Amino acid sequence: MSDDALSGSKAPTARNFFSALQLDTRLLGMIGAFVVLCLVFNVFTDGRFLTPRNIFNLTIQTVSVAIMATGMVFIIVTRHIDLSVGSLLATVAAVMAVVQTQILPSMIGLGHPAIWILAILAGVIVGVVIGAFQGWMVGYLGIPAFIVTLGGLLVWRNVAWFITDGQTIGPLDETFGKIGGIDGTLGTTASWIVGLLATAAVIALQFVSRRRKQSHGFPIKPFWAELTLAGLMSAAILGFVAVLNAYEIPTNKLARIFEARGETMPDGYTLGYGIPYSVLLLIAIAVVMTVVAQRTRLGRYIFATGGNPDAAELSGINTRFLTVKVFALMGGLCALAGAVAAARLGFSTNDIGTLDELRVIAAAVIGGTALAGGVGTIYGAILGALIMQSLQSGMAMVGVDAPLQNIVVGIVLVVAVFIDIIYRKRTGA
Amino acid sequence: MTTPLVEMKDICISFGGVHAVDHVSVDLFPGEVVGLLGHNGAGKSTLIKILSGAYRQDSGEILIDGKPATIHSPRDARSYNIETIYQTLALADNLDAASNLFLGRELTTPLGFVDDDRMEAETRKIMGRLNPNFKKFHAPVKALSGGQRQSVAIARAVYFNARILIMDEPTAALGVHETQMVAELIEELKKQGLGIFLISHDIHDVFKLCDRIAVMKNGQLVGTAKTTDVTDDDVLGMIILGKCPPGATPGPGALTDDALAG
Repeated sequence: MSDDALSGSKAPTARNFFSALQLDTRLLGMIGAFVVLCLVFNVFTDGRFLTPRNIFNLTIQTVSVAIMATGMVFIIVTRHIDLSVGSLLATVAAVMAVVQTQILPSMIGLGHPAIWILAILAGVIVGVVIGAFQGWMVGYLGIPAFIVTLGGLLVWRNVAWFITDGQTIGPLDETFGKIGGIDGTLGTTASWIVGLLATAAVIALQFVSRRRKQSHGFPIKPFWAELTLAGLMSAAILGFVAVLNAYEIPTNKLARIFEARGETMPDGYTLGYGIPYSVLLLIAIAVVMTVVAQRTRLGRYIFATGGNPDAAELSGINTRFLTVKVFALMGGLCALAGAVAAARLGFSTNDIGTLDELRVIAAAVIGGTALAGGVGTIYGAILGALIMQSLQSGMAMVGVDAPLQNIVVGIVLVVAVFIDIIYRKRTGA
Repeated sequence: MTTPLVEMKDICISFGGVHAVDHVSVDLFPGEVVGLLGHNGAGKSTLIKILSGAYRQDSGEILIDGKPATIHSPRDARSYNIETIYQTLALADNLDAASNLFLGRELTTPLGFVDDDRMEAETRKIMGRLNPNFKKFHAPVKALSGGQRQSVAIARAVYFNARILIMDEPTAALGVHETQMVAELIEELKKQGLGIFLISHDIHDVFKLCDRIAVMKNGQLVGTAKTTDVTDDDVLGMIILGKCPPGATPGPGALTDDALAG
């Protein structure tokens, strides 16, 4: 950040154009890498990669891992690790499946409209309790998180097996299934409304923050820079909505919907999917987690503890209880991710969430979370999850052999972290 | 005579059978700087960590303003307006100056969110007073120099109206100019009536800054003395040999033949 950029009086030249925007160069780099990745796959798949259909699918495939990755950021920032998330996801998915197919129907009747939310609630409670228990072992008993959650990796995978007797549980509640993705979307009109509201919120936030800075007499960005940023963000949000709306529900599926209502479908009628509920859930979680990270004491203490645990302790922060909170939060997020994953499949299977711990950790780390602690962002982790998923499904579309896919993903993880290390050394950040 | 700001009476603490602090009594009056001296491992830092709430004494009593005080955690210590500036600079490297200054005591908006702008404004105000050259308000503190970091730590103590300040080697990592800055700051705080415990290895520093000294050896108090009543050599004798000179009040750790003097 140069002083020139802050004064805002100079005419923009190419170099201080970017510095005046005061964008996170790391984020720009990640977005750049993501765009290049998409374009390359698009060429190799003859334009099949960047279609509304594929972008829609990519988005809903990313949600489950991305939800967990936001929680993993906090875990890694406090210098811990959680290897049990995939198994924990299986346990809570099993709990939610059993609750909605066996317990609740006998209590309140099959197809009761409250089943889905009660099932998710049960899952979240179980997830938070298990997470808090693991956090207690780490924080209060002093067992390294690596060991506690390595144990958890084995324990919860097989607890899930016992809950379901090793069976696949399903079909799941119909309303519950809507959180999975394709079967639950907002539709085009509501999606536009959400998009416009989000745009308005982004611009309003920018305006409020500028006003506050001004009232304290802090340096602010030049006005044109704010305008450019607002324009870019609005375009991104509305562009995303437009793409999701452009993915049209197949004609025969639409016809069945009309038949079910006892109507006939008008000729040439089309309808877009719009934003899936699961994506809305992810966005809500991302916003909440970002607010927690940046605007609450809890978040401040998480980062302070990661930066210097002794300093945090001496400042009167209860770092042990903080560890419990962070792991409990992770458990709750595993439950929400489990709901999305199970709903997408329509069943709770034994192998649900297998290897998710690696995807989640990779997403957080590619997204710039430093394993040494103290550094990480929520949006970075989500972008990391998106990059991982794009890589995987892009290679599948191109027709790369499965073993080679994993080799590439592994190499990309290591190289991405290496580039990050070089970047941090250069910028001193 | 006025009541001492702090009285630590007969403090003992041991770790696994080692008496780190063994029946030590020290006191501190308002507007006074007391230097704590001794070898590494003499128990100075341990004694001070009991006062700052990082450790809990096995026995003995702490009086603040003549009243018994219970200090079981850093939070308790803060409620008595005791602030500590640690040798290792207890700052979170990845956070900026304002976040560190307010760590554990963040200013919040009416909705309970952290109010970064107000904290930055307050930080700018107090740094303008303590260290007007300080400009890096948005950089993480690891990007700051030793003196800048020290001024953040001192600003933290000053901002929260410390009455009792504990400084553990405050000038150890600093250059000449920065040491001078800290010395001026200590003078200023003294005038405001704060009591300061200063831990230091630097005899020169101690004579310049302190009104009284207390010397420890092997966890015991060798003696206390006014800096005007003793010489450099006397103090070195206390630190190295545990020999209490005539100008000093001997403690339980003084060499036995000196007991004749008292």
